[in-house]
Amino acid sequence: MGPVDYIPRIRDNYARLGYKTYNWVVNAETAPWAPLRKPLSQCRLGLAASGGIYVAGQVAFHYKDDTSFREIPSDIDTKELRATHFAYDLSDARTDPNVVFPIDALRRLVREGFLGGLSSRFYTFMGGIYSSRRVSEDLAPRLTARFLEDGVDAVLLVPV
Amino acid sequence: MTSARDITLAVNPPRSAFLDFPLGHTAGKPHEPDLQRRILVEALSSFETMAAPGSMKELPFRWSEDEEWKAKAFAEGDDRTPRHDTPQYQNEEDRRRAENGGSPSCPVCRS
Repeated sequence: MGPVDYIPRIRDNYARLGYKTYNWVVNAETAPWAPLRKPLSQCRLGLAASGGIYVAGQVAFHYKDDTSFREIPSDIDTKELRATHFAYDLSDARTDPNVVFPIDALRRLVREGFLGGLSSRFYTFMGGIYSSRRVSEDLAPRLTARFLEDGVDAVLLVPV
Repeated sequence: MTSARDITLAVNPPRSAFLDFPLGHTAGKPHEPDLQRRILVEALSSFETMAAPGSMKELPFRWSEDEEWKAKAFAEGDDRTPRHDTPQYQNEEDRRRAENGGSPSCPVCRS
């Protein structure tokens, strides 16, 4: 069986429920391109994930157009991570946050020498922000500024 | 990384790696660290192997033999949680800790 086509399924669902039609982001132009300038084994990797992960003690995300993000120390104890989200089944993420925030696998790949290192801080946010403009003009530039400040060579994005 | 192939193709990022798993598992199955590692190796290798913007790598993993989950995904109406605009904690203990000034192990508790 081929991949699930989410756009028509969600469009039909919204129509059935009487919601306003969602304007999917469609970027027709060629994407920008920044070649990796050194091997992964020498790169410092950043991570941004939209699965609603927070650290116990942090203020959790809310479910209505939350454009905030959380800073997660990349050496955090995985047991301190929590998951909250309105749009996906949280049962697996709450017993193993690695399903949407692959922190243990990334740390292992550094120990194995596959990656040079990790940024000292990772970032998480909520996603599900109805206005793509708020993401492209507010959240994304704030995250980009952090990654530049953190001096990463590449960033892994893990949406849900 | 993505588990929603059509949405990511529309967004058209410079590089992507598609994992054909149910939403909520973009980086693998729970409590399967070896699988999670293999998925990450396949996805991250794209940084070194992709040469053109807009490339999508299809990762060689399947969720299950029968792929029954695909019939259910978004096919039975909208089962998402209402859009509450107050913090939604995983548990009450987290709420108490956050409201009492946060965790000392966490340098930035509000951003």
